[in-house]
Formats: sequence, C-alpha cells, structure tokens
Amino acid sequence: MKNKIQKNTYVSGGKGSFAARFASDLKVNRAAYIMIIPVLLFYIVFAYSPMYGVIIAFKDYDISTGILGSPWVGLANFKSFFSSMYFGRVLKNTLTISLCSILFGFPAPIILALLLNEVKHKWFLRTVQTITYLPHFISLVVICGMIKNFTAQDGIVNYIVEFFGGTRSTLLMNANAFVPIYIISDIWQGVGWGSIVYFAALTNVDSELYEACTLDGGGRIRQVFTVTLPGIMPTIMIMLILRLGSILGVGYEKIILLYNPTIFKTADVISTFVYRKGLVESDFGYATAVGLFNSLVNVIFLVGANLISRKLTETSLW
Amino acid sequence: MHETIWRKLFVVINSVFMLFMIVICLYPMLYVVFVSLSDSNLFAQYTGFLYKPLGFCLDSYAAVLKNPMIGIGYLNTIFIVVVGVSLNIILTVFGAYFLSRRDIVVKNAVMGIIVFTMFFSGGMIPTYLTVQNLHLTNTLWALILPSAISTYNLIIMRTSFTALPISLDEAATIDGAGHFRKLFYVILPLSKAIVAVMVLFYGVGHWNSWFNAAIYLNDKSLYPLQLVLREILLQNDSQNMLQGAGNVEDSMKIAETIKYAVIVVATVPILTVYPFLQKYFVKGVMVGALKG
Repeated sequence: MKNKIQKNTYVSGGKGSFAARFASDLKVNRAAYIMIIPVLLFYIVFAYSPMYGVIIAFKDYDISTGILGSPWVGLANFKSFFSSMYFGRVLKNTLTISLCSILFGFPAPIILALLLNEVKHKWFLRTVQTITYLPHFISLVVICGMIKNFTAQDGIVNYIVEFFGGTRSTLLMNANAFVPIYIISDIWQGVGWGSIVYFAALTNVDSELYEACTLDGGGRIRQVFTVTLPGIMPTIMIMLILRLGSILGVGYEKIILLYNPTIFKTADVISTFVYRKGLVESDFGYATAVGLFNSLVNVIFLVGANLISRKLTETSLW
Repeated sequence: MHETIWRKLFVVINSVFMLFMIVICLYPMLYVVFVSLSDSNLFAQYTGFLYKPLGFCLDSYAAVLKNPMIGIGYLNTIFIVVVGVSLNIILTVFGAYFLSRRDIVVKNAVMGIIVFTMFFSGGMIPTYLTVQNLHLTNTLWALILPSAISTYNLIIMRTSFTALPISLDEAATIDGAGHFRKLFYVILPLSKAIVAVMVLFYGVGHWNSWFNAAIYLNDKSLYPLQLVLREILLQNDSQNMLQGAGNVEDSMKIAETIKYAVIVVATVPILTVYPFLQKYFVKGVMVGALKG
C-alpha cells in the first residue's frame, strides 16, 4: 500500500493553453474519448444528477411539479427533523451501532490476520482461509433469514441461551438484543474476508526486520509490536479512515431485513428512517434532508480522520 | 528454552482457535442443510444442535421446486447477472483504459469526477427519483443501469492496467495500433485474471442484491431470486407455498423446513463455484488493497 495516492503530474503535449492542449488531445486520442463517453454518461445520470436532486432537501417536493417547479422552503425540512422526537433516537442508534462495530468489528480481522500469519502448515492455513472467507458470499437475505430462524423462540440460539440458564424468547423482538445480533452476525460474515487485506500486508513486511529484531534479542511478542504492527500500520490507518468516513453509514439493508416496529427503539437508524419516510411514506423532501445530513456528517468524519491520520502517522488517502 | 515452551503452547492454542473458526463459520451452514433434509414432524419436536438430518426427507425440496416463484426468481436473476455483468465489464474496461493512459490531458480531472462519487452521493431518495424519472421503475433495467459501474472495481482495474509495462504500449503505437486495438489485442489478453475477478465481483453483487429490486419493482413476475427469498424467509410466506398440502398443522411444520431448503437452493450455486474461484476473489482484494 502506498502511503499516499500520488497525483500524476505527467502532462502530454507540452505548452499551450489548456483548451488548445485539450483540443489537440481530442483529435489524437479520439478513440479513447469515445470509450469514456458511456462511462461519464453513467456518472452524470446515476451519480451527479441525484446529487443535483439533493436540492429537494430545501424544497417542498411535489412529484407533479418536479424538482424545479417545487417551492423553496429553506431549511424547514432540516428544522423539522432536528426538532422531531426521531432525531435523537435515530442519531443515538446510528452512533451506537457504528461505534460498536468499529470497536469490535474493526480489530477482529486484524487479529485474525495476525494469528493466521502464525499458522505454519500451508494446507491448514489455506483451509482456514477458504472456510472463513465463505460467509462473505452468502447473500444478506439468506443471512437475515438464518438469523431470524436461529433467534426465534424455538431456534438454535435460544437453545444455547436456555442451556446457560436463560429463558427462551424471540430475540428479534427484544430491543436490547438487536445491537449484539447485528454486530456478531456482521463479524461472523466479514472477519475472514476482511483479514485478506491485512494478511497481504503482513506477507509484505520485510523479513530482514524480523531477523534484525531477533538479533537484538527481541522475543516473539516484541516482534509483533516492533515489527509486525508498524509494518501493517499504513494499511490499518487507511482502512480506519475509510471506516470512519462511513460513520453514519450503518448497513441499512440488513437492518431493514431484520427490524420490526417493536425494536425501533434501538434498531431504527438514520438510513432506515430515510427509507421509511421517503420510500414508504413518500415524504421526499424531508427524507432527502435527513439523507443529506447523513452524507455531510460522513464527509466531515472522512476529511477529519484523514487530516488527523496525516498529522499523526503520515498515512492518508490524499 | 523458556521461549520454546511458550512458543509450543501458543502454536497449540492458535491451532485450536483456527479449528474453532472453521466450526463457527461452517456449522450454521451445515445446520441449515441438516434441517432442510430433516423430517418436518421430527424437527418440530426437536431443539438443539444437529449432527445429521433428523430422519431423511426430501419433501421440503419437492415443495420448493414445485413453487413457480423460485423458478421465476432464478430466471430473472440469471438475466440480471448475464446482462448486468456484460455491461459492467464493458464500461469498467473502457473507463479503466482511459484512466490508465498517461498521455490524456483531462485524465486527472476525469479521475477526480469519478473518485468524488465514492465519498459523496445524492443518497437514497434522489437516486430513487432519478430512476423513476427515467421510467425505469418496474423494469429489470432499474437493477442493471444504476449499478452499471462500481467505482471501487473501476479503480482496481485501472491500477491493474497501469501496472502493465509501458513498453508494450509503445510497441503497439509503433505498429500503428489505435486505442481500441491496443485495448483488445494488447491489454485485455494480458489482463484475463483481473477481468475474471471483476466478473466474479460484479456477478456475486448482482446475484446477492435485493434492495434495488425491493424499491423499484412491483410486478412479482420480475422479482429476482433474493426478493422471492425475502418473502419466504422474512415475510413468512412459506405457508403459501403449500396450497392444498394436507391439514394446517402439517403445513405449519413443513413450512419451517421449507425455509431451510430454500436457503440451500438459493445458495448452492455460489457455494459450489466458490472454492474453485477463491484465488481470483482474493487476488482482486489484494490488487485493490495493495495498490489502492
């Protein structure tokens, strides 16, 4: 992993104004420009035109009059969200789920990669890797179907609960159980796949560093802290910055599949709220405002995390 | 001496932990298979872990295969995967080629336009309205066009193209090759592995996706497999699969094992090809991670 994504400053064509260089480039590389047209068209239609559509967050959107024809309402949609009883609840739930998943879910693949790195039998290593990657490929609908059946009153998870002296209950009806169910199933599905990146970084750590550490009398544990972890630190930082950049981007598809009104108290997050307000209740302007708030917080966290990381570890995305 | 004892202990504990990981990852899936093959009457009275099917009974599979929605879902999903992945690959290859050219003046600007979308998007509602305005709702194109390019995959592919030796490009230029010829006769033949990775990433993505289908489709005859699954697994629709299957109590019981059979039927295609393709998947992640 490069510490910085380098800006390519190579420019063809030498001197002349940008317009002139662009015009001659269009002629010389016409075929390449033809290739990029459908790609740009995709980004314009499906990425940038929705970005333009975000202005309905500041409007009282009406389908019949369209985006331009709908009247401006200023910040009314935002105000009504911030002052509603839902604001506190969805923000709290989103942050709880997100922070728990960073706290428990982020280190899990790193630890697995460190432990995999200590497995010396090639075939055993390959077997463990193949099997732990497997859950990543199971569809979310199937995962949630399994969760629902396993946590049902007569499900296998309740068998374990009962075995340890608890009482059986439908866990998806229990608001306190939702966050653990979400986090544990996420780790189960993602830990193996997530470890690939770190495992790759580990195999790239210079083996001479290990030898040097041993010569200095460093034991195995010291090696981990003086060689291994610093060696994969850039990877860890990049992954952490990206993770923080979606701090409010909780996996809403999974929540929509799992939740029900009895556990909205802990399970309803910003994105699911946007989904219900916008797509179920068709309150488009309001839902877009909530979504925009979500995106802006994410961008702020991404930029902030990147800035702090650049200062502290000299690793950054840009 | 002291060190080696601890070392041995660590190796043992670590191996046990790895075995534990194998069990944790495999057992839920094995359990699903066991239940799906079980006799529904026996399963209704049983709680606890299973180490083999309870009895042996293929009734739930028969019920699943008799359900027309499963077949419809399979066909729709196959259409989406085939058409979707073809479009994905064409656009991703074109975009990656353009962005890998060192000589194009606006390359960095285009790269900026594309990368920006990774960090900021219009969000769920404006995207939905865009698709609606294009009159794509209630067509399978609503599941194909809005996900025609994954920016992450595009960047992986660009990285892979950039890593090819520049001398090849120079040689092709001297031979008078244009961009299309360079792409199809020089770059793609050398990039079979990364194209395979992309086919797999996009293919699995289409196979597993359900949310767009849920928001854009009304017509049940267009439902992809995952949406059919959602109805059966999460919206408790499995009893509807058994119209006329004896009395209510029996159908309640078999409805449970049917859910497990449905999971097996929907997941088997991916899990059977997975072990053979695993190295490609892993390769894709590494290219993305190491050079990103």
